[in-house]
Amino acid sequence: MAHLEFEKPLVELEQRIRDLKSVSDEMGDLDAGIADQIRELEARADRIQRELYEELSVWHKVQLSRHPDRPYFLDYLDAVFEDFVELHGDRAYADDAALVAGFARFDGRTVAVIGHQKGRSTKEKVKRNFGMAHPEGYRKACRVMELAERFGRPVLTFIDTPGAYPGLGAEERGQSEAIGHSLLVMSRLGVPIIATVIGEGGSGGALALGVANRVLMLQYSTYSVITPEGCASILWRDGARGPDAAEQLKLLAGHAKNNGIVDELVSEPTGGAHRDPADAAERLAEALRRHLAELDAMTPEQRIEQRYAKFRAMGPFVDAAG
Amino acid sequence: MAWFTKTKVSEPSQKKTLGEGVFRRCDTCGATLKAEEFEANLEVCPGCGHHYRLSAEAWIELLLDPGSWVEHDAGLQATDPLGFVDSKPYRQRLEASRKKTGHQDALLAGDGTLNGRPIQLGVFLFRFMGGSMGSVVGEKITRLFERGLEKNQPVVLLSASGGARMQEGALSLMQMAKTVAALGRLRDAGLPFISVLLHPTTGGVAASYALLGDVNIAEPRALIGFAGPRVIEQTIRQKLPEGFQRAEFLLEHGMVDRIAHRHEMRATIARLLSHFLD
Ligand SMILES: [Zn+2]
Repeated sequence: MAHLEFEKPLVELEQRIRDLKSVSDEMGDLDAGIADQIRELEARADRIQRELYEELSVWHKVQLSRHPDRPYFLDYLDAVFEDFVELHGDRAYADDAALVAGFARFDGRTVAVIGHQKGRSTKEKVKRNFGMAHPEGYRKACRVMELAERFGRPVLTFIDTPGAYPGLGAEERGQSEAIGHSLLVMSRLGVPIIATVIGEGGSGGALALGVANRVLMLQYSTYSVITPEGCASILWRDGARGPDAAEQLKLLAGHAKNNGIVDELVSEPTGGAHRDPADAAERLAEALRRHLAELDAMTPEQRIEQRYAKFRAMGPFVDAAG
Repeated sequence: MAWFTKTKVSEPSQKKTLGEGVFRRCDTCGATLKAEEFEANLEVCPGCGHHYRLSAEAWIELLLDPGSWVEHDAGLQATDPLGFVDSKPYRQRLEASRKKTGHQDALLAGDGTLNGRPIQLGVFLFRFMGGSMGSVVGEKITRLFERGLEKNQPVVLLSASGGARMQEGALSLMQMAKTVAALGRLRDAGLPFISVLLHPTTGGVAASYALLGDVNIAEPRALIGFAGPRVIEQTIRQKLPEGFQRAEFLLEHGMVDRIAHRHEMRATIARLLSHFLD
């Protein structure tokens, strides 16, 4: 288990509890003193955990959204869906492993599932390009969304990316057009679309999977126009001031809810999804189920109209001309 | 992703008074010419053809029939939804840009006629916070497409923007989805959208409607791309090749339909609209 600096007191306490328990297991039920000690430590861990997560700073929450043990798209795919058949490639240039797409069953019915995938091991991180897709990733996503439309299957997307990849090949092959095109395709689908930000919602590369009838965010996920580090390097020429930029960007799930960008916050287990991935997956499944049932009741025309109206209303302004 | 990359943009070259008359030196070829010669040539260097930035007002004059321009939504003003403060509060930045440009935000939108044909026209003001797209710019572009649809008119939009406006956070990001959805409806109605890509067009503007023109026309040497060059260099840790992300590079890679010299822009747009609509 990896852990963040601020999680350290809790992780250490939990380690002590585990050690005591293994000692106690070896000794059988003989030592009542150890049992008392364990109970006392568990109560303390509980208290620390509650206090710790009540007063997390913005930056702590940003770190949680990027936690190395945080469940990724493929973890939720395993926990919530069955019979996943992955579809590869954009039929034009390549298969992009930073973005995974295919069809699977959710509560027994077929849905298209599309999401960014970060890697966990070093080797997988490289293969997945840290969840930063190239144009062919977005083109694959569009292809699968259009398949879903043809066969009348809902589209569920899962957003978790620092951003679309800023590289030579990505520019040569039209990163801008690929993202713009994905926004266009999503705005026109008649099937239900639910997008969930499960970790990092990094700028255009995130939004490219985000034009949905319902947009959900896990409690410790973020949605931002730019990474805090990128913002800091523009504002102050100092990427190390990411925590300051994070305060300004209002990128937390709660901010997004207040600004009308997301429909629902999905709460996570205490301490974050990585501390109880099965519970996190169950909460996500419950929310998806509920929203899907609502969207099922609408006609394709109603869904297109509802999605249009939803994004049409985003962004405040005043009209000085009256 | 840096959506608001600070791209170095060639400002109209420096004016100098030498004896009688005002002279300007072209930074590209070094020629020193009378300022009137630059202006008469639409801010294109008469010596080497380098395109300096033309103001939004001059573009409108260049593209539309005289006296036909009617501006819309000029009173839309940004709020400060995040209470954003960096070295200056966002509200002060807005105020400074309003004073500098005489406009409320970074886009002029309206209608007029081109060779007698009614069109909807939008032009970015790069001088207003780098032409960044926040909620006002997003709303005005959306209305531009919606007005095209309502009045059954083609839309011509000239972009020059560093991307989404950081100071409005994810609300700026959402303008990408909003504008593209409105463009989709224009398309469905069979109305053309001509996207003109000026220097520079990057970030969230490039990655939304700007490269989705029925025809994408770029100005010579315009920088057009998703990520800014500095971000890419930092990511890949190598120098970018000469000409990377320039209009000619995009033409070569199939991302824009044409490059049009400024003198040819009006005629190019008129001919295309005629092909599509007459
Ligand atoms: Zn010159």
